[in-house]
Amino acid sequence: MTGTALTPVLSEHWDREDLYTLDGYRAVGGYGALRKALAMEPDALVDLVKASGLRGRGGAGFPTGMKWGFLPKDNPNPRYLVVNADESEPGTCKDIPLMMANPHALVEGVIISAYAIRSSHAFIYVRGEVLHVIRRLRRAVEEAREAGLIGTDILGSGFDLDVVVHAGAGAYICGEETALLDSLEGYRGQPRLKPPFPAVAGLYASPTVVNNVESIASVPPIVANGAEWFTSMGTEKSAGFGFFSLSGHVTRPGQYEAPLGVTLRELLDMAGGIRAGHRLKFWTPGGSSTPIFTEEHLDTPLDFESVGAAGSMLGTRALQIFDETTCVVRAVGRWIAFYAHESCGKCTPCREGNFWMVQVLDRLENGEGTEADVEKLLDICDNLLGRSFCALGDGAASPVMSSIKYFRDEYIRHMEERGCPFDHSESTVWGGSK
Amino acid sequence: MSEGFDDATRARLEVDAKEVIARYPKSRSALLPLLHLVQAEEGYVSRAGIGFCADVLGLTAAEVTAVATFYTMYKRRPMGEYHVGVCTNTLCAVMGGDEIFAALKEHLGVGNDETTEDGKVTLEHLECNAACDFAPVMMVNWEFFDNQTPESAKRLVDDLRLGNDVAPTRGAGPVCTWKQASRVLAGFSDGRAGEGPQAAGPSLEGLKLARERGWTAPAPGAAGPAPTEGGDR
Repeated sequence: MTGTALTPVLSEHWDREDLYTLDGYRAVGGYGALRKALAMEPDALVDLVKASGLRGRGGAGFPTGMKWGFLPKDNPNPRYLVVNADESEPGTCKDIPLMMANPHALVEGVIISAYAIRSSHAFIYVRGEVLHVIRRLRRAVEEAREAGLIGTDILGSGFDLDVVVHAGAGAYICGEETALLDSLEGYRGQPRLKPPFPAVAGLYASPTVVNNVESIASVPPIVANGAEWFTSMGTEKSAGFGFFSLSGHVTRPGQYEAPLGVTLRELLDMAGGIRAGHRLKFWTPGGSSTPIFTEEHLDTPLDFESVGAAGSMLGTRALQIFDETTCVVRAVGRWIAFYAHESCGKCTPCREGNFWMVQVLDRLENGEGTEADVEKLLDICDNLLGRSFCALGDGAASPVMSSIKYFRDEYIRHMEERGCPFDHSESTVWGGSK
Repeated sequence: MSEGFDDATRARLEVDAKEVIARYPKSRSALLPLLHLVQAEEGYVSRAGIGFCADVLGLTAAEVTAVATFYTMYKRRPMGEYHVGVCTNTLCAVMGGDEIFAALKEHLGVGNDETTEDGKVTLEHLECNAACDFAPVMMVNWEFFDNQTPESAKRLVDDLRLGNDVAPTRGAGPVCTWKQASRVLAGFSDGRAGEGPQAAGPSLEGLKLARERGWTAPAPGAAGPAPTEGGDR
């Protein structure tokens, strides 16, 4: 069979038991890219990352090198590098296994990236609910410090760097980069008005780069192998590889590292297909904040442009797969309960809109709704999308609007049957083999 | 002062707090870790804990409370020795998280965010914890317990209540207490980073398949129409 092959780079050595130690990482060539980078001019590294076409792997897809290039040259304040390791978007489960198995890949990326942007202070903001990942990251930073890879005059280069692993405390909104910065400064995690962007006034109002874990971890292989190597994978505008995280009703859920532009059909083939005896109903291309897709999108190339053209977003490549046993109204209702819970309360459309959508969706799921309720949901979404302070509100509109677009009939069925027509036990792991 | 820590506790925590604050360019950045620290002391963020954070950072109790109440990991009431979380966000809920949570509520005789009478287990439903390929997922004191069922979940909480050792699927086993976990979150190592596997199950599916089929990323230099040795250096 022809088609796309997997390209394990960040996950290439995850089956090595001691990979999370400095010795294990070095045994597979770890920190070789750092030596190469420190022999280069920082600006040359920025140019290299620009040339690679690496786009942010945290969901928005902004070109990483361009983000670095936005730092003002004449600002006298210290520069900061902040890694967004607050992975919390429903369905997204790539950064956590990466940091668990290979924390030094991130640490090496941090050192190189900090050198490139001339920052001597980096923070890794990791969500608090992943205790063991925090242990592994801290240990990796300690080991790197003991080996002279973090600290003063790193490998005789004259470059100094301190790295702090900072544990969050449970707030999805802190994945939004300016909310993350507020949280890191010791405040409630609420987003800031942009501009100014973090590149100009970020942490402590200083020039700051905020990058996702996978983006930063992709820097060492780019340095080691070159921009051409990176662009030889993926598509013209969506270069390189990335994790595609399959979850839900698939035979072999898991992490599949592939070139951008791979399709769900190809990935499902690799993952053994939809679980036996069932068929695909709907899926998210990049987490719950990206409009859902159906089987008509099986051949949509999973790159930024193609997914966008098909009406959704590549997001974090969090492919949550649901088969025909799943009630879409229940699925959407649960996501909206999540957005309502996680709304920071700063802006009215998101705080109130999600609160009310939970009520309406509950009513619909229980068969007590009317068609006017469906219109009400769309009306609320109209007030959320583009009118919220940050992307959290926009994200909440995605599952609601897209589910009504593709499955309006199913909303109606709940009204006609005065209740949910699905047997939820059939969608469970243990209930699916009937 | 009547609601504060006793002098010995305070003196001990001040040493820890100094270490935490020293990690940051500005002291207020230490507030989240310090809240984890006082939670490690009492199992929750009490008025004494709020007051302590305010004192060492030069903030008001109101400023600290505003932050403590924003984040779900800070608990304002005494907690059980084990915080047992069940993911009921959409994907885990659909895969069986709802059934697991219902089974545990009945089995333990507690509701959401309630603690068993023996003080051992606090049950809570969770939002997505970034382990969707292991659904349905549970967390005990923020360690991963992957691929759960109602039966395995009941056995798990029974073992916790009986004091039997319980090991996470991916993490340090036996699982530590809530207070110990909070101390790690505050930034104090428990020396257990080397425990547990580097990766497991679904995390390795893609790599396994790539190895079976001989798939790799392109070799450096083999890329592009006219690769030049060291062209990117």
